[in-house]
Amino acid sequence: MGSDRAVIAVRGLTRAYPMGGETVHALRGVDLTIARNEYVAVMGPSGSGKSTLMNLIGCLDTPTSGEYWLSGVEVSRLGDDELARIRNEEIGFVFQTFNLLPRASALHNVELPLIYAGERAAERRARASRALERVGLGNRMDHRPNELSGGQRQRVAIARALVNEPSILLADEPTGNLDSATSEEILAVFDELHAAGQTIVLVTHEHEVAQRARREVTLRDGVIHSDTVREAA
Amino acid sequence: MPFREAFRLAFQTIWANKMKSAFSVIGVFIGVTFLIAVVSVVEGMNRYMTERFAGALLGVNTFQVRRFPDFNVGDVTDDTWREWVRRPRISQDDARALETAFSVPVTTAWETDAGADLEYRGNVAREINVIGATPGYFDIKGWRITQGRAFSHQEAETGRPVVVIGHEVAERLFEGADPLGREVRIQHIPYRVIGVVESQGTIFGLSLDKFAVAPALSPVKRFVTRPGYVDAVLVKAETAADVATAIIEAEAVLRSRRQLRPGEENNFVLETADAVLDFWGNINRVLMTALPGLVLISLVVGGIVIMNIMLMAVAERTREIGIRKSLGARRNDILRQFLVESGTLSTVGAGFGVGTGIVLAMVVQATTPLPASVAPWSVGVAILLGAGVGIGAGLYPASRAARLDPITAIRHET
Repeated sequence: MGSDRAVIAVRGLTRAYPMGGETVHALRGVDLTIARNEYVAVMGPSGSGKSTLMNLIGCLDTPTSGEYWLSGVEVSRLGDDELARIRNEEIGFVFQTFNLLPRASALHNVELPLIYAGERAAERRARASRALERVGLGNRMDHRPNELSGGQRQRVAIARALVNEPSILLADEPTGNLDSATSEEILAVFDELHAAGQTIVLVTHEHEVAQRARREVTLRDGVIHSDTVREAA
Repeated sequence: MPFREAFRLAFQTIWANKMKSAFSVIGVFIGVTFLIAVVSVVEGMNRYMTERFAGALLGVNTFQVRRFPDFNVGDVTDDTWREWVRRPRISQDDARALETAFSVPVTTAWETDAGADLEYRGNVAREINVIGATPGYFDIKGWRITQGRAFSHQEAETGRPVVVIGHEVAERLFEGADPLGREVRIQHIPYRVIGVVESQGTIFGLSLDKFAVAPALSPVKRFVTRPGYVDAVLVKAETAADVATAIIEAEAVLRSRRQLRPGEENNFVLETADAVLDFWGNINRVLMTALPGLVLISLVVGGIVIMNIMLMAVAERTREIGIRKSLGARRNDILRQFLVESGTLSTVGAGFGVGTGIVLAMVVQATTPLPASVAPWSVGVAILLGAGVGIGAGLYPASRAARLDPITAIRHET
């Protein structure tokens, strides 16, 4: 707990939303530590608070109370622009709906985080190309998202998530829009990344997907219901 | 995001939505087109008036002594008009007194004129401005005589029936034959042609070559004015300073001849090119006062249109904004992206407006006698206005985009 190896350290995290005069308590006090190179699946039925937790871990949102330390920095009290910088440098998102810019080429999509990091054009291009090659799309760089298959789109998204070498890869139902063969492909990419040292947090409601992870955290009613570590196969 | 990226993205977006972009900048486009075209025509008129009109009709460093103004500036009321026609005419004695009145070197000439037809062996040149003058007239007008000569002082004093004709009159009557020595008839009286004046071109499409000049004391005196009088005495000095001196001296001579007491107003005018230019200046001022208002209206309308288009663009691209924010775009990055986009859009519209305005000015130049000359400052102002309107109109939509919450934005369905 709180060791140097902790990438994510969450203490007593709560998040409440006002909704139509009432207050919805999406998270009611979550403690969670994730170490470097862990592969964690966050599970739970809808309404359990897993999306809220994912938004908080991804620095898209700030908690109502509690602390969140990311790579040794307390990010729970940061302002908008600082959170944007953290998202840019520390977090790589992979979404269920890919969320690529439709009018931009695969290469430009992957370049985006580097643009906001202020990277120079030539360096940007080189790094984005390497990231695409790493996910096996070296020959599809100039294709637009609508010219790519679902699996290829998700690979572009993974390349984009990794291009800034983030501390954590945060995947929200990454196989939700894919058929089972393609899902398997994408999960294989995750396995490889994990093997190469990447810390991965994966939100899912599918058991087969969660079983790829080494650790399974289940949320229910805004609190952690179970937290189990699987023995390495 | 660096500006270079923002511009690249802006051009990409504008290009991807060519039609929408074109419609959204129509207000700015029209405003700028109007600005450039009107300023070009006014500028052209300005140059024309100062360089050509005033010079051609009145001459440089020249003034005229007249009963009342030849160029009427603005409205002349009935009362003014009645006062003018009660004034005494300028007599030939007045004119002779003026000729000897100056302490600075000047050239003087009489001028009286009326419309009449010229005839030569069945060829008729109609409605020619027949001028009774003295020899200094040609010098004051700056007319070069390309064939023959002007009339002499002796011919002028003895009232010989000789005539110097304008280029167009020569063409009309002689159709290429040598006019010198021929006898033309003006109101049935024969005059010998002794000279032809170089073509003076046109002004506002009217020929300046339809005239014939004969000595003031020749038989033309019977119809160009009342016997013993002149319409005007023209005085040309060598410098502007001499003109000022000569005007004061002319005024003194005429006032004393007419026994005007101090405090009494002149019953004659001393007309300079300034009077014409003042008149033009008034028109110019009215145009230039109305112009900003009209341009402003179209730019405000254009700005509102752009603002609405940008609000739509922000709504359409909510998800894109969410994606960009999740990847690390700060508020300022998004703000800049949309400001650069609306600024670029509007500036491109203004650019097309400048082009169309210049083309319009050239069309006006080619198809009407109105001259046009594109003023560089108006192009600069137009582009700056275009950029300003775009940025101004983009502020509200861009700040809305910048303030979007990334979670809601990224889940936004379009």
